[in-house]
Amino acid sequence: MAEYLIEMKDISKSFPLVQANDKVNFTVKKGEIHALVGENGAGKSTLMSILYGLYQPDEGDIFINGKKVIISDPNKAIENKIGMVHQHFMLVPPLTVVENVILGMEPRKNYFFVDLQKAAHDIKELSEQYDFKIYPWSKIEDISVGIQQRVEIIKVLYRGAEILILDEPTAVLTPQEVDELFKILKALKKQGKTIIFITHKLNEVMAVSDRVTIMRNGKVVGTKETKQTSTSEIATLMVGREVLLTIDKTEQQTGKIVLRLEKVNSLNQQRYAVLKDVTLSIKEGQILGIAGVEGNGQAELVEVINGLRPITSGNIFLYEQDITGFSPRKIRELNIGHIPEDRRKRGYIADYSVAENLVLGSHYKPPFAKGLFINFPEVNKLADRLINDYDIRPASKDNLLKSLSGGNQQKVIVARELYKKPILLIASQPTRGLDVGSIEFVHKQLLLERSLGKAILLISAELDEIMSLSDVIAVIYEGEIVEILENKNIDRSRLGFLMTGGGSPGKYNTKQDTLVG
Amino acid sequence: MNEKPKSRGDLLFSLMEKFTPIIAIIGALIISSAIILLIGEDPIQVYKMMFGLAIGNRDGWGNVLFRATPLIFTGLAVAFAFQCGLFNIGAEGQVYVGSFLAAFIGFSFTNFPAIILIPLTIIASAMGGALWATLPGILKAKKGIHEVIITIMMNWIAASFTFYLVLIYKAPPTEAMKAANMPQMIPQTSEIALSARLPRIATLLTKLNISFPSHNPLNVSFFIALIAAFAIYYLLWKTTLGYEIRAVGFNRTAAEYAGINVSKNIILAMMISGALAGLVGTNEVMGYKFRWRQEIFINLGFNGIAVALLGKNHPLGVVLAAILFGTLSYGGALVNIYTAGKIPRELIMVIQAVIVILVVVSDEIIKRILLRRKSIQ
Repeated sequence: MAEYLIEMKDISKSFPLVQANDKVNFTVKKGEIHALVGENGAGKSTLMSILYGLYQPDEGDIFINGKKVIISDPNKAIENKIGMVHQHFMLVPPLTVVENVILGMEPRKNYFFVDLQKAAHDIKELSEQYDFKIYPWSKIEDISVGIQQRVEIIKVLYRGAEILILDEPTAVLTPQEVDELFKILKALKKQGKTIIFITHKLNEVMAVSDRVTIMRNGKVVGTKETKQTSTSEIATLMVGREVLLTIDKTEQQTGKIVLRLEKVNSLNQQRYAVLKDVTLSIKEGQILGIAGVEGNGQAELVEVINGLRPITSGNIFLYEQDITGFSPRKIRELNIGHIPEDRRKRGYIADYSVAENLVLGSHYKPPFAKGLFINFPEVNKLADRLINDYDIRPASKDNLLKSLSGGNQQKVIVARELYKKPILLIASQPTRGLDVGSIEFVHKQLLLERSLGKAILLISAELDEIMSLSDVIAVIYEGEIVEILENKNIDRSRLGFLMTGGGSPGKYNTKQDTLVG
Repeated sequence: MNEKPKSRGDLLFSLMEKFTPIIAIIGALIISSAIILLIGEDPIQVYKMMFGLAIGNRDGWGNVLFRATPLIFTGLAVAFAFQCGLFNIGAEGQVYVGSFLAAFIGFSFTNFPAIILIPLTIIASAMGGALWATLPGILKAKKGIHEVIITIMMNWIAASFTFYLVLIYKAPPTEAMKAANMPQMIPQTSEIALSARLPRIATLLTKLNISFPSHNPLNVSFFIALIAAFAIYYLLWKTTLGYEIRAVGFNRTAAEYAGINVSKNIILAMMISGALAGLVGTNEVMGYKFRWRQEIFINLGFNGIAVALLGKNHPLGVVLAAILFGTLSYGGALVNIYTAGKIPRELIMVIQAVIVILVVVSDEIIKRILLRRKSIQ
């Protein structure tokens, strides 16, 4: 028996523009949960794609149980009992759990027929073994994201995997679902399975892993026993410099009320109430965080303030000016900045250059417009300045936005929304999908705006982010603000309780679906 | 990640991405050679004859540019709409309506002087096309109804509607018909006023003492087409309106969020696109036949889609693609005559179709190669 179950030795892999893996050594012990961390583009996914047979390494060898193996494609990986759960699920929504699990290796009955009953029985057994609580006959489109992920895990186990690779499994989950996932991972470990867990969230590393390997710039910069390391040590290794993980928030004098919503109601297209009597206010120098499970009206709240969604009743005031029913452009002209939740959909135009994106929304006004024409010298001047001020990389204003990394795309949006010194900033999921370095940058910018006496509305699925940045926390559940709390000694579990409907009387049907069907 | 300099292969492929039309044209000529061989002719000889006759002399060039002119207009129409994310299949109908309105103004206000009537007729042809494109624009902008469906249907309506109008405004019988006591049988309008006609290039060149065959149909409309191409380039890439239209085309939701009025831009883009298609009337009505007859316009709008595709939706590309199509069409017609029908005119349609298919296919292939090379790290 070899010391390590998996041993990847001196793995190198380069793509035309990048050296994705550079002499990487990576080992996993049998029965451990091994976290693989690094910033976006550090080479984690490439390394795991090599292990799963999606890419061939340019150099280096892979040993499993001490024996050298060549994994030429995912089928070979499965033969070696390696399974991978991708970040984006590979499920067919209209099909049932059983049909999805057996896809590609359907058990036969009488040569021609698929033996669904047998498969369902097997799946049920697996589900009970690990406490997955999956009903084999429910359709994928009817079950929550958290359960869909379990189906993906079952799919891998059904194929006999002993080694599971999970690619950023928590990115799509709510905090409650994350806790559930961790329970499952521990159950799998108990049964002797080996798990490789790709992430860039350090608290998750600490919560669930036994060992952690840190990558930077295509190289492994360290492998540690989780118990003997700390988040700050890991973060420093990841980024290559010291990172401020704890947010340094000073006391801030608050001023006048900037934004006030009064009994705002809104319907969606199906005439279903998505915002119910929302009343809240934000003062100068204050960060108001909205805590809630995603899909409880946060996106609609932002759209209402921006004028993108009509309201059925209620009023919105900006410094005592009633802005209810103003057009998006008119509201922008009142100098409200907005970092949108879905940057790809709302935040930028991928086929426009950095410079063109930096004037998006003010392109029609002097100095960027001169009569009917765009004033390119002014646009370029602004772009050069902002690229420098906000450290946007690569530092060229002519690059198309789609060629930038996620962190730099977000910097472009942050730069565009902040340089005009907005009186109110709406930040929706401002750090989603960003790496540690970029998160630190965004947080610093938000706190800087706060210290300048600006009002900030912060919406985030990360409870930690809400709790560490906000002065006041409003909990939203099913379109209703169930409670507004000063952010002082708040009990995390109480927040979780409120977020899942604990605070709204008569509605104890939590969003967490445990047993479906 | 360590940045590496761009490899030679990458440069090659990204260059190829820009020049897929040229690859497609060469490919199409090779495939067509096989067809010519099957017919039993020598492809080299046929191509030599075709291009020699089409662009080997001034008369040929004149004819090629004349045939290219309407395709520049319709190609620009399709390309412009595409920049706003709209697929205007309705150029065909917009051509019918625009050119009919031009003819109507041209034969109705016969006592106006040229200085007024020519601009008025040009504006009429643009207005007619714009008008016909407005409804699909509004339906798309306000109700989200797909423009492809509406514009296809509007094509049929335009064809029937203009045919109906032509019967109302039918030309009176000629003297010969009157003598034989026959009615006017050809479904065409009266001729437009002399003061509504665009000068032929031949007339202008002869004044400058440059020899140019007087029967050559090339007229001033060609320059209107070039000006239109230039104007569209400027509009799209230098003005705030163009910035907004392209933003809507690339990412409607982001444009909306940035305070851009998406509906307004969609309707405006459709109207400008329709106006460009309508301007075909300047070439066929004001510069060539001087009257409206439906058959002159058939397929000009549809060929505009191919021209836009081949020209990669860029005004310069559209002009070049239109000239190529003009060359094929004129050269093909002559080859047909010179070979006494052995090489059918339809060969040209085959070449055009193969070019279009190859552009689409090679675009897709090269896009995939580039994607794979850039690849997920």
